[in-house]
Amino acid sequence: MENNSEKITIYVMGKKHMVPEDLTIMKAMEYSGHQFTRGAGCRGGYCGACATLYRKKGSYKLEGALACQKIVEDGMYIAQIPFSPAEKKTYILDEIKPEAATILEYYPEVSRCLACNTCTKACPQDIMVMDYVQASLRGDITQAAKLSFDCISCGLCAVRCPAEIVPYNVSQLARRLYAKYIDGPSEHVLERVKEVEEGVYDQDIKELMTASKETLAERYNTREIDLNE
Amino acid sequence: MTKLAYYPGCTLKTTAKNFDDSTVASAKALGIELVEPERWNCCGTVHALAKDDVMHHLAPVRNMLRVQEMNSEGQVDSKEMITLCAMCYNTLKRSNQTFNEDSDKKQKIQDIMFKEEATYSGSVEVKHFLETLKEMGWDKVKEAVKTPLTGLKVAPYYGCLLLRPRGIGIDDTDNPRIIEDLFEALGAEVVNFAYKQKCCGSYNTVHMKEVVGDLAHKILKQAKDGGADILATACPLCEYNLGPRQEQVKVQYPSFDSIPVVYFTQLMSLAFGLGDEAMAFEANRPDPRPLLREKGLLEE
Ligand code: SF4
Ligand code: SF4
Repeated sequence: MENNSEKITIYVMGKKHMVPEDLTIMKAMEYSGHQFTRGAGCRGGYCGACATLYRKKGSYKLEGALACQKIVEDGMYIAQIPFSPAEKKTYILDEIKPEAATILEYYPEVSRCLACNTCTKACPQDIMVMDYVQASLRGDITQAAKLSFDCISCGLCAVRCPAEIVPYNVSQLARRLYAKYIDGPSEHVLERVKEVEEGVYDQDIKELMTASKETLAERYNTREIDLNE
Repeated sequence: MTKLAYYPGCTLKTTAKNFDDSTVASAKALGIELVEPERWNCCGTVHALAKDDVMHHLAPVRNMLRVQEMNSEGQVDSKEMITLCAMCYNTLKRSNQTFNEDSDKKQKIQDIMFKEEATYSGSVEVKHFLETLKEMGWDKVKEAVKTPLTGLKVAPYYGCLLLRPRGIGIDDTDNPRIIEDLFEALGAEVVNFAYKQKCCGSYNTVHMKEVVGDLAHKILKQAKDGGADILATACPLCEYNLGPRQEQVKVQYPSFDSIPVVYFTQLMSLAFGLGDEAMAFEANRPDPRPLLREKGLLEE
């Protein structure tokens, strides 16, 4: 890999490497000869697979980031957390209720939350993690679901929590309860499913299925994205 | 309307919704709007009270910080933080005191809460709603009464956490009057009984319900022997141990006759004529409504 930028020093699992200063942690690791077989996914900050813990030179603080988003800094000590050990409970959504007792039945450790806010400080998504854990604890499922909407289950909060809570599993339960019992089915999805079933898009799909690679590329590159739609 | 910051605590949002609803409604009837902070967390409960445990002070201190923020944003009219649950009151009050009086602990707490939007200064005053009522004056409470609780013999039950330790209690530890004064203002007949400050057994209810059965029996029987029709409390755990746990009392003492136990704010809502939603008696066990109907205080 060619790169003429200034080189800085990073330590990957304690081993020293010189890498260009403008790379993300993920690219810097690849630059220095590592190959990702776990702990890399979308490379766009969405999937949560590349959770990383690091310490900066001269700092006492252990920090967290997504390797695909965070730019390396001189003297950084880096360790990947490709998987955070956590027990995810099985439940049947139809049989549980959107209330505090449900949260506590599956994740009783939530009641150990100290309100220390360590999780919030560790979250690369800037989510108010402590606040959603606390909302779950008092059965405010709506707030728990809304506050945790951007969670990508990277696991950093769980690794840092002194009460050994797994916040992202708790909030996933809260969001499922919210979707099923509080928000309810969304009208436009139901409408779209109905259209699909009625064959409204059959012709379009057929066209895509038989289009040439060039046509597909052309259509992809010139597609319109209306985020407000 | 005077706007006061109101810290409900988890229990008032889950198993003690009737305490929450009746409190907010009766405060309103007295010209007080109780404003809940947008963000709050569990008070920390008893853990926070261990002398050597700074970490557990974070939860209560953080709640005080939220009220301080409400203050600086002008959302409320005073530095007070109004609490209802006796456990929350006790935890918050004591933690606030530790924060303000122990500079070492204060420093440690602030160090752990580094890099946050704001720092707690110790400015908030933790209060129980009963204290707010007393300060307002019992005459004001009397003025709001539409249905005086005439003929209802109420035994005030304080339990531990409103009065102890000395120095943080809302009233004299040995001779409290505050709930008595409230019920006199509401037109009820107050039954004074010796066990009004006796412990209900607290969390033993989880793993040693016989202990709670014994204590509840002592307390309830004493109140009944003194002529009480009903007990009024300010603590969700006491309400549970003296109310629903009467099933356990009956197992241990088969001749025991049940007696209703309610939150003081539910009887305020009744006296102020605030309607079923505010009184929320349907959540209490044993059901207090037959008694209140019999006394002519509640319509059929
Ligand atoms: S809440 Fe936890 S799991 Fe979710 S994105 Fe933040 S740190 Fe990652
Ligand atoms: S790190 Fe754990 S204990 Fe601390 S606030 Fe977050 S969930 Fe609670």
